[in-house]
Amino acid sequence: MTATMTKTPPPAAPKAPGGKRRLTLPMIMLIIAGALALVSVVRIITGQDQLTAEGQISAALGLAVPIGLAGLAGLWSERAGVVNIGLEGMMILGTFFGAWAGWQSSPWIGVLTGILGGMAGGLVHAFATVTFGVDHIVSGVAINILALGTTQYLAKLWFNSGEAAAKGGNPKQSPPVDSLPSITVPGLSDWLHDIEGHGWFFVSDIAGILGGLVTDLSVLTLLAAVLFVGSFFILWKTSFGLRLRSCGENPVAAESLGVNVYLYKYIAVIVSGGLAGLAGAFLAMVPTHIYLEGQTGGRGYIGLAAMIFGNWRVGGLATGAGLFGYSDALQLRNGGPTVHALLLLLVVLLAALGAWKLWKKAFVQGAIAVGVAALVLVWYVLTDEVPDEFVGSTPYVVTLLVLSLSAQRLRMPKADGMRYRKGQGK
Amino acid sequence: MELRGITKRFPGVVANHDIDITVRRGTVHALIGENGAGKSTLMKILYGMQKPDEGTITVDGEQVAFHNPGDAIARGIGMVHQHFMLADNLTVLENVVLGSEKLHGIGGRARAKIMEISDAYGLGVRPDALVEDLGVADRQRVEILKVLFRGARTLILDEPTAVLVPQEVDALFDNLRGLKAEGLTVIFISHKLGEVLSVADEITVIRRGTTVGSADPKHTTTKQLAELMVGSELPSPETRESTVTDEPMLVIEGLHLAEFDLEGIERIVLDRISFTIHKGEVLGIAGVEGNGQAELVEAIMGMLPPDAGDLSLDGADITHAPTRKRREDGIGYIPEDRHRHGLLLEAPLWENRILGHVTERPNSKGVLLDPAAARRDTERIVREYDVRTPGIEVTAASLSGGNQQKLIVGREMSHLPKLLIASHPTRGVDVGAQAQIWDQIREARREGLAVLLISADLDELIGLSDTLRVMYRGRLVADADPATITPEELGSAMTGAASGHLEHGENAGGEDR
Amino acid sequence: MKKIDKERVLLAIAAPLLAIAVSFLVTALVLLVTGKQPFDAFSIMFDYGFKSDSQVYILDKGTTYYIAGLAVAVGFRMNLFNIGVDGQYRMGAFFAAAVGGAVSLPNFLQIPLIIVVAMLVGGMWAGIAGLLKTKRGVSEVIATIMLNAIATNVIAYFLQPGRLGHLDKAQTQVSTTPLPSSGYLFNFDMGELNGEIYGFIVIAVLLGIAYWFVLGRTRFGFDLRAVGLSESAAEASGVSVKRMVLTSMLISGALAGLVGMPTLLNDAHKFGTEFPAGVGFVGISVALLGRNNPIGVALAALLWAFLERTSTQLDFEDFDKEIVGVMQGVIVLSVVIAYEVVRRYGLRRQQQKVGEELAAQAKNKQEVAA
Repeated sequence: MTATMTKTPPPAAPKAPGGKRRLTLPMIMLIIAGALALVSVVRIITGQDQLTAEGQISAALGLAVPIGLAGLAGLWSERAGVVNIGLEGMMILGTFFGAWAGWQSSPWIGVLTGILGGMAGGLVHAFATVTFGVDHIVSGVAINILALGTTQYLAKLWFNSGEAAAKGGNPKQSPPVDSLPSITVPGLSDWLHDIEGHGWFFVSDIAGILGGLVTDLSVLTLLAAVLFVGSFFILWKTSFGLRLRSCGENPVAAESLGVNVYLYKYIAVIVSGGLAGLAGAFLAMVPTHIYLEGQTGGRGYIGLAAMIFGNWRVGGLATGAGLFGYSDALQLRNGGPTVHALLLLLVVLLAALGAWKLWKKAFVQGAIAVGVAALVLVWYVLTDEVPDEFVGSTPYVVTLLVLSLSAQRLRMPKADGMRYRKGQGK
Repeated sequence: MELRGITKRFPGVVANHDIDITVRRGTVHALIGENGAGKSTLMKILYGMQKPDEGTITVDGEQVAFHNPGDAIARGIGMVHQHFMLADNLTVLENVVLGSEKLHGIGGRARAKIMEISDAYGLGVRPDALVEDLGVADRQRVEILKVLFRGARTLILDEPTAVLVPQEVDALFDNLRGLKAEGLTVIFISHKLGEVLSVADEITVIRRGTTVGSADPKHTTTKQLAELMVGSELPSPETRESTVTDEPMLVIEGLHLAEFDLEGIERIVLDRISFTIHKGEVLGIAGVEGNGQAELVEAIMGMLPPDAGDLSLDGADITHAPTRKRREDGIGYIPEDRHRHGLLLEAPLWENRILGHVTERPNSKGVLLDPAAARRDTERIVREYDVRTPGIEVTAASLSGGNQQKLIVGREMSHLPKLLIASHPTRGVDVGAQAQIWDQIREARREGLAVLLISADLDELIGLSDTLRVMYRGRLVADADPATITPEELGSAMTGAASGHLEHGENAGGEDR
Repeated sequence: MKKIDKERVLLAIAAPLLAIAVSFLVTALVLLVTGKQPFDAFSIMFDYGFKSDSQVYILDKGTTYYIAGLAVAVGFRMNLFNIGVDGQYRMGAFFAAAVGGAVSLPNFLQIPLIIVVAMLVGGMWAGIAGLLKTKRGVSEVIATIMLNAIATNVIAYFLQPGRLGHLDKAQTQVSTTPLPSSGYLFNFDMGELNGEIYGFIVIAVLLGIAYWFVLGRTRFGFDLRAVGLSESAAEASGVSVKRMVLTSMLISGALAGLVGMPTLLNDAHKFGTEFPAGVGFVGISVALLGRNNPIGVALAALLWAFLERTSTQLDFEDFDKEIVGVMQGVIVLSVVIAYEVVRRYGLRRQQQKVGEELAAQAKNKQEVAA
């Protein structure tokens, strides 16, 4: 991400009047329904029932949460104008400190410590970027390096001896942590499971999805949902949020109105660190129950991609996280054949995109999309499954695809990534 | 309000020293001085964005010290900045309430208050519009409203008319008179002497960082003010003899560019523009910012590919030539925003001399750079164009605006351009440098250079141009004779109220130039 | 004028020295807190690190790290963050090893072939990120990181018996077909006990010189630096920014491809599961510490190799070798902060000096006129 200086641009000539086409609720529902129908069709064609199975959705949700929380962390930070590449490092701190406190006492203390660990990382990032004006990405990369080194050292120190080792710890992982409670809505869950089993078009898919949402739901997932809604409310409906966002849009203007820009940036980045720490703690406690070196697996960056996909808004971010979580879960649970079915889905989407571009007379783009769709179709037909090793890269490929297809209509906070110094008003 | 003995130093320069000003309540008080005289720094001190090193500020008889804008706002002082401090992606309402949410909340109550102020002073502001969609004059009114929203009794306006057409200036001054009628005090910084005389009750002159006198507008002429301001007469951009030949240098035919914004609505930026500039001719284009001038310049430079149209330079077709080739072929460029397009701020002067002409002598020989030759030539430019700098190894950021611009002019002229594109060439430049740049343009024009001049300074345009056109909504809607036209008449064409060949009318009224 | 230069040099060294000092301090604190003796640790490091066999090791490892640092630095000069050096060098080394093992040409053809393949593959892998950035506006930071992960999977797929991999004699490790002896690059033999200095060090030095020359003395280098300093100004000056972004990603990737060459041509002669990993991130650290300057990066690379070498000895002496990882992390973080502090101070000083000199000039003129 290159940071370029912008000044207040000259205003545009008055535009011809036209309504703003924001995504309205009916439109969103229509898109969701359409997507669901499409997936349902693919499921029936390929016979891959796993695509919308309750277990799959449950797992998808579980994997979407850390990505979503990481994305939310990125959102808080970038809305205040600070790019936070160090999310990965803060997540690592979260996994480590979460497991470290968690195995010694209760998992809830672990969650709290994980958040604090992430906040510490956030504090360092804020210190470097806000007070010293270090380039945001450089600082983030430095924090990732430091976080990795520190946790490796501390893991060797704390998990490799004494009681910890006795309980299964070693330099690469911690002893296990107790589970956090999870919720299942009894009657509803079973009933939905039944419907899903029938394999009907569309209805069973919905049953599968809903079933995944009410079965084995971890409390942390609920917490994450609350945080999402809360973030939206705080950032867009309160004066605190307005001031924070103004720091990311035009910090000079905010300062001229008496907003303490440094303070808001610090708060935003520390909150960002805390959220990333929570994401890490989640990883250490819900899908697994230990700290494992390399556990985060790039999810901090995927979270950032979800944030970009969501156009720096909470709703879009949640959608993106869901998407990435879904693909992550797919490859973790079933591997080859299910990912193979995803290929067919990709063919349909690319073909549709190509057709739309051609209709809009963007011939080159349309031809490329259709061409790639054809190639993927050939690949699909010629193979039965995607080899295991490639399956592992599904979330990364999906991230790249999503980013390349959606990068155009985006609007990031105007002063994102810019170094800000007090008194910068010309 | 009184300021006594205000002094402010920055590393390497004394911005203000011993400033003494008295402003009476309920008046419009003008502060004039040329670019670089220290007016903006003084206003920042008054608004709490800077702290004075020495001196006192007294408001309503009480001595005050401001540590941040919040303190000034609490004292009823509000500032309307020259470069608007508005967040494009937020609405008018959000921009207005920012920082003062406790006053009226951030919802319905605030909206009602905004409408109340807007109606009371005739500002015509819509709270839920996105600032990005507003034009310049509207944005200024939002800035004024911001200040009134916070209960300001004293308004400071920093160069408010710099971006307005004459008609909008009149509207603004009506607003100011309205404010005065309600008992508010207005302090207003400008370097446009004619305007100041028409609206101010009192005038204070600042020169080289200190107050040199005050004047009563009823008994002063612009000439006297100019003398106070710069110690001599203001340079005039007027040109005498015509040097226009009939050999065409730049021929533009049917240049057209349309853009689709985020909602897919088509906006025509350049509307089938055609014109010709001859050797030795200065073609001036007047227009409110945002009507396509910047895009026109970028299209000619090759930075923005048009949808249709032909361009030819000195007989050769350059419609598809890349920017570098156009520069090599002889287009010189003085950009509107020198910090973004003209200089590498953190690079030394001699590397900046190379910028834009890296493939030409003396900067390089073949594929390799020739730093020694570039350095020597930079020293020559510094001498010939009077660039005030201790050396050529300092970074461009350390130079003042005027000197930076002189360096750019020197650099471009040194490659003997056939066509010079000068976009707001003396914006933010002190009077001395301004005169020098005008001289350079006049001299080059005598040697057959063709110039495309874009400026918001109507005096500069009228004075320097041989041919005058007006650009509005991407089209050249009017032309005028610089020898007789007045800024007001140009102004009406610039806002779309007039078009065609502009004739100088009998009712133009006397003008101090 | 000379005065400013000397000051600038001092300022330039001050930051990394400060960073290293801070890092030693922090490490000492951490060691104390965990009940170990910092002085013991440091003296072990210095003793061991300067032994002659250590020196050979440091030069060897340093060669690899230096090239990685240069690859990252090329990107940094353009304000591009090529975090993907890690994936690019592994892809380059892997496919170069596979190709090298598959053919057997005379020495002067075999080695260049291997090198060229490595550069092409590395460049291509970086080029994907470059294309995504220029054509679709995808952040190169995220794209290259994703490509790193994908590279791991691609290599895992191919590095299997039956595809491009072979089991070794002990049936325990998989690697590509070992290079024929014509693919061995020369070494400098430093004696039985000390080991050999990689011959590739010569090429590394040449690369450093080329880096300095191209960036500082050619038109292309000027354009590249201009884009890094101000994209908008470079665009106005005639540079096609998109083309430059793509080109520098390709160059950065090609250099990254070379990172694995010292190990491949001078040491392991094949690409196996134990091929060094994570060198990309060392490259980032080293480029940051060396401030993208060819000599600075070299010194930083040697420092990193030194730290790594001494860490193994620390392990023997009952210190945790991971403490060196902490040290490295602290160095990187403190050096970026220190550079920023120094830069701001330097700018302020320059503005001050300019102001003073101009004032002095003005006074001189007045006195002359008087």
